Amino acid sequence: MTMLRMASRTDCSDKEAAIIRISAILLAFLFAAFFIALLGHNPLSVYSSMIEGAFGTVYRIKETIIKAIPLIITSLGISLAFKLKFWNIGAEGQIMMGAIGATFCALTLKDVPPYILLPLMGAGSIICGGIWGAIPAFFRAKFKTNETIFTLMMNYISLKFLTYLQYGPWKDPEALGFPKIQGFAQNAILPTLFGIHIGWIISLILIVIMYSFINHTKIGYEINVVGESENTARYAGINVKAIIIYTIFLSGGLCGLAGMIEVSGVDKTLSVEITHGVGYTAIITSWLSSLRAPVIAIVCILFAALVQSGTFIQMAFQIPQSAAQILQGMILFFVLGSEFFIRYKLSYIRKKKVEEL
Amino acid sequence: MVNISKSFNNVEANKNITFCVNYGEIYALLGENGAGKSTLVNILSGVYRPDSGEIYVHGEKKRFGDPRDSINSGIGMIYQHFKLIENMTATENIILGQKLGHIINKKKLRKTIIDISEKYGFKVDPDKYIFDMSVGEKQNVEILKVLYRSADILILDEPTAVLTPQETEKLFKILLKMKEQGCAVILITHKLQEVMDISDRITILRNGEVVDTVQTSETNQKDLTAMMIGKSIDLSIERHPILEKEVILEIKNLCLVDRDGVKRLDNISFQVRSGEIFGIAGIAGSGQKELCESIQGLERRKKGQILFKGEDIARLTTREIFERGLRISFIPEDRLGMGLVPTMDIVDNVIMKDYYLQKGIFLDRQPARIRSEYIVKILNILTPGINYPVNRLSGGNIQKVLLGRELDSNPDFLITAYPTRGLDIGSSRRIYNELNRQKMKGIGILYVGEDLNVLLNLCDRIMVLSQGKVMGIVDASRMTNEKLGFMMLGGKE
Repeated sequence: MTMLRMASRTDCSDKEAAIIRISAILLAFLFAAFFIALLGHNPLSVYSSMIEGAFGTVYRIKETIIKAIPLIITSLGISLAFKLKFWNIGAEGQIMMGAIGATFCALTLKDVPPYILLPLMGAGSIICGGIWGAIPAFFRAKFKTNETIFTLMMNYISLKFLTYLQYGPWKDPEALGFPKIQGFAQNAILPTLFGIHIGWIISLILIVIMYSFINHTKIGYEINVVGESENTARYAGINVKAIIIYTIFLSGGLCGLAGMIEVSGVDKTLSVEITHGVGYTAIITSWLSSLRAPVIAIVCILFAALVQSGTFIQMAFQIPQSAAQILQGMILFFVLGSEFFIRYKLSYIRKKKVEEL
Repeated sequence: MVNISKSFNNVEANKNITFCVNYGEIYALLGENGAGKSTLVNILSGVYRPDSGEIYVHGEKKRFGDPRDSINSGIGMIYQHFKLIENMTATENIILGQKLGHIINKKKLRKTIIDISEKYGFKVDPDKYIFDMSVGEKQNVEILKVLYRSADILILDEPTAVLTPQETEKLFKILLKMKEQGCAVILITHKLQEVMDISDRITILRNGEVVDTVQTSETNQKDLTAMMIGKSIDLSIERHPILEKEVILEIKNLCLVDRDGVKRLDNISFQVRSGEIFGIAGIAGSGQKELCESIQGLERRKKGQILFKGEDIARLTTREIFERGLRISFIPEDRLGMGLVPTMDIVDNVIMKDYYLQKGIFLDRQPARIRSEYIVKILNILTPGINYPVNRLSGGNIQKVLLGRELDSNPDFLITAYPTRGLDIGSSRRIYNELNRQKMKGIGILYVGEDLNVLLNLCDRIMVLSQGKVMGIVDASRMTNEKLGFMMLGGKE
């Protein structure tokens, strides 16, 4: 009889890890192919039309990029928290709070020129999202509360708060009783460049800033030390609690900024559907990119393409959009599963050897 | 147990160990750290399998494939670190893992537990949650757990290490009750006083071998120490005379009570001069770690004075001490868990102590690269490069990275906790030489060690700690192994 032996490994190089992750994604596509075949379609033609659906025309490329922008910014925020091993599941709520902050500025300052209003909206969104993240961070640092549950619960609070605003104080009086918030005036809308709102430039800048922040600044270094080993950080004299709170403020602030870009650049108003689930999808994308800023850009565009092409194959093949969601689910399942092979080594041992052990 | 042997990677942890325990007696296994006690116990409880040898229970030969076999033969193990689930009640913990069927008769269960408690004189509330319990109560639950599984051979691993004196007394009463009821109790410890107080027979282990088995009534603490420690060995480590006489560190009445209310440091006072290697000897967990962390500024709960170059640093944080220009280097016991960041490379680990002094928000790694190159060269660290993660280096090289960083900051004072633990003889010797070189430079060194021979050969003076108290400060050149060991185990000078 043979037995499987599991041993933890620390020698997995980045290259090996990347190979394992990429093969996991390929496996996910393979399994999804069976599923598509089961629905009575040719998986290859579905896949190729998915590519076409995401990148086939200029319009589709634009749509994909617009979907990728909030995903990139939110992933950057989440990856910052994950660097600290602070499992921030609250991006969804932080996006909403950011959007609320930005909308507040937009609705109250109607006569301010855009070059003043837009930065104000950005700042408002960063502060609101940041505070929303800093609350659980404070409790984690001071009382060791569980941040996963805490941030998750904060999502529901912000969702209910947003619903209240939409149905209550911020309800548009001119909407004939329909519960919607007033559309933004022209001065609160992000300008466009090459046909896409300038959120794409902001994301590119943020990627560069984040990369150098993590790798080339003192605070970035401290975040790395605290994330790897709190004890070592204490030993080196780093104020661990302060680092946790500041970093999660930044993390939440970035998510909040994503909310501002969505209200100002895409929806041009605020509604309860503002996040489109980006806060959860970004958890997947930042994990897939192993928390590295430049990789985040690529992974997020691919994920946005997946969403975009999901809509496309729905029309082209009459496949429900959930088929694309299944594919997303498969990718996540396989990649998380592959983490096991990055951390552990499996080998066969014979029964005889088992006896000897 | 007959002729039990077990080795790990060519290290013989147990060599032909034979002993027997009778029912109705309290039997003590005595030995220093690393004498092979834990290995032996793990064999008895089925965690390890012996390489050779046989175990007999009730005169019947047994083979323990896993812990379940051991439990089924009536052996109950009470570990030093409790294996209880915090958010369950005592009862739930007791029946955990038992095959009771699907329906639990709570009333009956309660009665059984209370019956056992009364039989042995416990006071345990079966419905109390573990997280509400004191350390002593938790231990009671552990014991109840094995008794509930009808164990009649109990093994207790350092049971008093975490207890207050009052709790210890209660525990001993319970143990004596068990003895009366015909249980066999095996006590694993290094506390001589307790062994003398409670045990009937004692087996002394040293370096994985049985030194002797004696009747408690026919022995005394001095003899036991001599058997545990063995003879002094000259390691021919050079000991240089102390050049300077100036006191660099003075500690006055240092006390520390930890979160659980246990006294970790009890009124400690001593002085260290520059150019002196001041040794700290003691059984593991006697307060060494707390002392080191107190001086370095990590431990915040302490009371008392720590005068460094005449300045009281007891209230300062690590960084505040550093910013006053007081250079204290600390090589902690847990190298990868505390001294270094395992996944980072040598450069990022070298930069750790002083990166924050750089101006601006950016981090300049260039100076650290130069220093890393220098440390690698001068300490002969075997690594593919300075950008190699430290956790992939060997133990000796990891220690050298840490030592290199700490010495490179030109300290006035160096705290080292078990700096040669896990290192081979060659690497250890290089570290001793390095410490001596630092001593000659006039640095005060606090050396926390476990090998008595090294302490005696390397240090100028040795302070002996036992349960957070100073047992005495002695001149290393006029000291023997036996005397030192005796003090470590709680005997007064």
